[in-house]
Amino acid sequence: MVSFTLRRLGAGVVLLIAISILTYSILFFSSANIARNLVGDQATEEQVALKEQQLGLDQPFLSRFADWFMSALSGDFGRSWFTSEPVAVAIANRLPITLTLVAVAILLTAIVSTLIGMLAAVKRGWMDRAVQVGAVIGYAAPGFVLAVLFVTLFAVQLRLVPPVSTISPGAGAAAWFTSLLLPVIALAINAVASSAQQLRSAIIKQLERDYVRTLRSRGIAEREILFRHVLRSAAPAGLTILSLQFIGMLGGAVIVEQIFALPGIGSLAVTATSAGDIPVVMGVVLFTVIIVIVVNLLVDLVNGWLNPKVRVS
Amino acid sequence: MTEPTPAGQSGVVVRSTVFGRIVRNPLGLTAIVALVIIGAAAAFAQVLAPYDQNFSDITNTLAAPGGEYILGTDSGGRDVLSRLLYGGQLTLASALLCASVAILIGLPTGLIAGYYGGWFDSTASWFANMILSLPGIMVLLSVRAALGPSVWLAMIVFGILLSPGYFRLTRTVVQSVRNELYVDAARVSGLSDLRIIARHIMSVVRAPIIIQTSIVAGVAIAIQSGLDFLGLGDPAQATWGIMLSDGFRNVYLNPLLLVWPTLAIMLTIASLVLLGNAVRDALEDGQKITAKRRPAGEKKPSRSAALPAVEAGTEQHLLKVSHLAVGYPQADGSIKTVVDDVSFHIDRGEVLSIVGESGSGKSQTAFSILGLLPDTARIVGGSIQFDGTYTVAPGDDTVSAERLGALRGRRISYIPQEPMSNLDPAFTIGSQLVRPMTVVLGISKAEARARALELLAKVGIPNPQRTFDAYPHEVSGGMAQRVLIAGAISCEPDLVIADEPTTALDVTVQAEVLDLLRTMQRQLGVGVIIVTHNFGVVADLADRVVVMQSGRVVEEGEVLDILRHPKHPYTQTLLASMLEDKQPMTKLTVDAAAGGTA
Repeated sequence: MVSFTLRRLGAGVVLLIAISILTYSILFFSSANIARNLVGDQATEEQVALKEQQLGLDQPFLSRFADWFMSALSGDFGRSWFTSEPVAVAIANRLPITLTLVAVAILLTAIVSTLIGMLAAVKRGWMDRAVQVGAVIGYAAPGFVLAVLFVTLFAVQLRLVPPVSTISPGAGAAAWFTSLLLPVIALAINAVASSAQQLRSAIIKQLERDYVRTLRSRGIAEREILFRHVLRSAAPAGLTILSLQFIGMLGGAVIVEQIFALPGIGSLAVTATSAGDIPVVMGVVLFTVIIVIVVNLLVDLVNGWLNPKVRVS
Repeated sequence: MTEPTPAGQSGVVVRSTVFGRIVRNPLGLTAIVALVIIGAAAAFAQVLAPYDQNFSDITNTLAAPGGEYILGTDSGGRDVLSRLLYGGQLTLASALLCASVAILIGLPTGLIAGYYGGWFDSTASWFANMILSLPGIMVLLSVRAALGPSVWLAMIVFGILLSPGYFRLTRTVVQSVRNELYVDAARVSGLSDLRIIARHIMSVVRAPIIIQTSIVAGVAIAIQSGLDFLGLGDPAQATWGIMLSDGFRNVYLNPLLLVWPTLAIMLTIASLVLLGNAVRDALEDGQKITAKRRPAGEKKPSRSAALPAVEAGTEQHLLKVSHLAVGYPQADGSIKTVVDDVSFHIDRGEVLSIVGESGSGKSQTAFSILGLLPDTARIVGGSIQFDGTYTVAPGDDTVSAERLGALRGRRISYIPQEPMSNLDPAFTIGSQLVRPMTVVLGISKAEARARALELLAKVGIPNPQRTFDAYPHEVSGGMAQRVLIAGAISCEPDLVIADEPTTALDVTVQAEVLDLLRTMQRQLGVGVIIVTHNFGVVADLADRVVVMQSGRVVEEGEVLDILRHPKHPYTQTLLASMLEDKQPMTKLTVDAAAGGTA
C-alpha cells in the first residue's frame, strides 16, 4: 500500500513537471509584445528594453524556465506582471471560493446521481426511462447556459437572489449560501445527468454478478445486498466517474464564476490569459493540476483500500 | 393463465438494417430530421439569411421580433435571425473539426494499442491518462494566451483533449474481439493484420465510435460556445456563444435575445444525444426485451388472495414441480419457452439428479425452485409446491419473492457452479458465512462464528481459522467450493439445490467434493437436487434421475434402472458419450504404427 501510494505520488510529480514545461514553452512564444503592452505605446525602445530586462524576457527559454522552476520549488511563484500582486497571494485569496463551489457541486452530484442511478438500476421500468430522458435534457444544457438562464430567471426576473455575488473571503455563511446556491446547481445538473446514467450501468453490472444470486439464496434481504454488497462493489467505478466529473467541473467553474461574478480562480484565469500575464497563468495551471493530481490520488487510494487484493498485499 | 407459446415461433426475428431501425425509432427520426434542418440552415446561411451577419442598423438596436427583422435585432442593430444562421456555420464546423481530430488521434492509436499491446499500449495509455487529468478549459485558456484567439486552433487542441475517450473505447473493443475465434481464424488463414483490422475489427468498433461522436460533438459545441461567451473567440464572426453573451449583457433590456442562441445550442446537443441513443438502441435491439404485455382482458392475479390448497395426497412430498413452464418475453411480443411441462418430485432425504446438456432447461428449473430466475423470466405454466404449500401457485406468472424469501437459506439452499464468482470478493469468507446465520437463525455473532469454524472443519478445510479470516481471492477453487457447501448447509435446510457443483473444479478435486456432498447428505438427511450433465455424478450420488432435453423431461426413474435400461434415445446418447462404458483402447504397437505409415 505504501509503495502503491509512493508510485502514484511519483507519477503525479512527473505529470506536474511535464505540464509545467509544456505550458511554459507554449507561453514563451506568446510573450513577444508583453513589454510593449506594459509600458504603453508612447514608451521609447529603451524603456521597452528595460522592462524586458526587468521581467527577464531577454533571457533564453531554458534559463527563464529554470529561474521560474527553482523559485516555484521554493514556493515563490512570482508576481503578476500587471498588478504586481504575488501570484501565491492572488491564488490563495481565490482558491477557497472555487474549491467550495466545486466541492459542494461534486458532493451534490455524488449524492443525487447515486440515488437516481440506484433507483433506475433496481426499479427499472418507468423510473429507468425517466432517468434516460432526464439525462438527455441534462446533457443538452451546458452548465454555463444554465447559469445564464438561472441569473436571468431568479435574479433579473424574479429578484430572488442578487444578480452579482456578495461573496468575499470574510463574508458570512448566509452570503456564501445565496452566492453559491445557483452556481452549484448550474454545475451539478450537467454532471448529475451523465454520472447518474453511468452509475446505473455500474450498479446493474454488479447486480448481475453470480455472488448476488448466491447471497439471495442464503436468505439475505434485498436491501442489505444492495447497500452492503452491490454499492460497495460499484464504488470504485462510481468514484472514477466522479473524479472525471470533478475535473470537468474545474473547467466549467471558469465560465460559471464569470457569469455569477464570483471572484474565484476561474475569473483570475480568464483575466490573466486575456492579458498574457504569464506568471499568473502558470500559477493557475499549476494549482489546478495539483488539485487534479491530489483528487486522483485520493480516488486511487480509496479504490485500493476498497479492493482487498490491493489492501492485503 | 397464458398458454406456453410453441417453441420455434420465437425464432422468427425480423432482420433489418441498423439505419432502418434508427429511422423507425420516433426519437431517432426526430433527431436526424432536426440535425439535417440545423445543418442545412447553417450550410445555406448565405442564401437563407436576410442580412449579412455583421450588417448593422444603428438606428434600430434591440428591436423586438416581427416586422423587418423577424427575430429582432441585437445591441449592435444586427439581425438576430441572420446571425443565428451564420453562427450555426462556425459552431457546427468547429464541432466537426474537434470530433475529427479526436477520432484521427484516438482511433488509430486505440486500434494499434488494442491489437498489438506491448510498449505502445502502455505508453499510449499513460498519455491518455495524463490528458484525461487535464482540466480542458484551463488548457484552452493557456493556448489562447499563447497562440491567440483562433477558434480552429482551440478546437484542434480540444480534439486532442477528447481523443483519450476514443482511444480507450477503441482499445477496449479491440481487446475484446482480438482473441475471438473468427479473428483467430482470419489470422490462421493468412490475412494480413491490416486486412483483419479493416474487415473484422472496424465493423465492431464502428457503432461505439458513432455513439461517442454524438456525445463529443455535443461537448465541443458547449465548449466552443462557452469560450465565445467568455469573449475569448473572434468577435468578427457570429457564433451562438457570442450571441448568448450579447443577450446576457442586455438581459435587463431584452432578455428575449438569450432565448434564440440557448434554443439553438440545446436543440443541437439534444438531437446529437438522441441520435447516439437511437444508434445504441438499434444495435441492442436484438437482445432487447420489452416490458411484458398482458393480453387484453386478463387480470393480474392477486397476490394477497389466500393460496389455494395443494392437490390432496401430495402434501408429504418435500418438493413437487407440476407441469412447470418458464419463458422469456421477446422483443416481438412472443415468449421463448425454455422449460416446458416439467414435472417431478423429491422426498425428504432423497437425492434427485436432473441431467441434461447445456440449454436443456435444467438450471432454469432449479432457479425457478429457488425463485432466483432473472427479472425478465416468466412462469408461463404449472406450479411448484414446497412442503405442502405452493411457492408458485397455478396461475402465478412469477415466483413470489415474499414466499421464497421466507424459505431461502432457511429451508432451501443453493450450491452454485463456479465457486470463485459466487463469493463477494470484498468480504472475508468468515463474514459471508456468519451473516446468513445471524439473519436466518437469529443467533449471535459469536455463536455464528463458532458454528462457521465448526462447519469449515466439517467440510474438510484443514485450517478453519485461516480460511475464516481469508478473502475469497486467497483460497483455491476447491476450497471455495467447500466454503459454499458449508454455507449451504449452515442453516440446516431441508433441501439443497446444487447446480453443477463440480463442473468448474479440477478432476482430482471433483472426487473430493462429491465425497463431501455424499457424506453431508447422509449425516444431515437433507433432500438434494443435483443439476448436472455428468452421468458419473449421477451414478455416484443420485437415488432418482430426471433426464431433460430442450426444456422437457424425456425420462424419469430410479438411478439403476436408467443406467442399466435407458429407454429414451437421448438418455442412451448421453450414457454412450461417457468414457466409462467404452472399450479400453489397444496399445499402439510397432506393427500397428508401421502398418499405419505404409
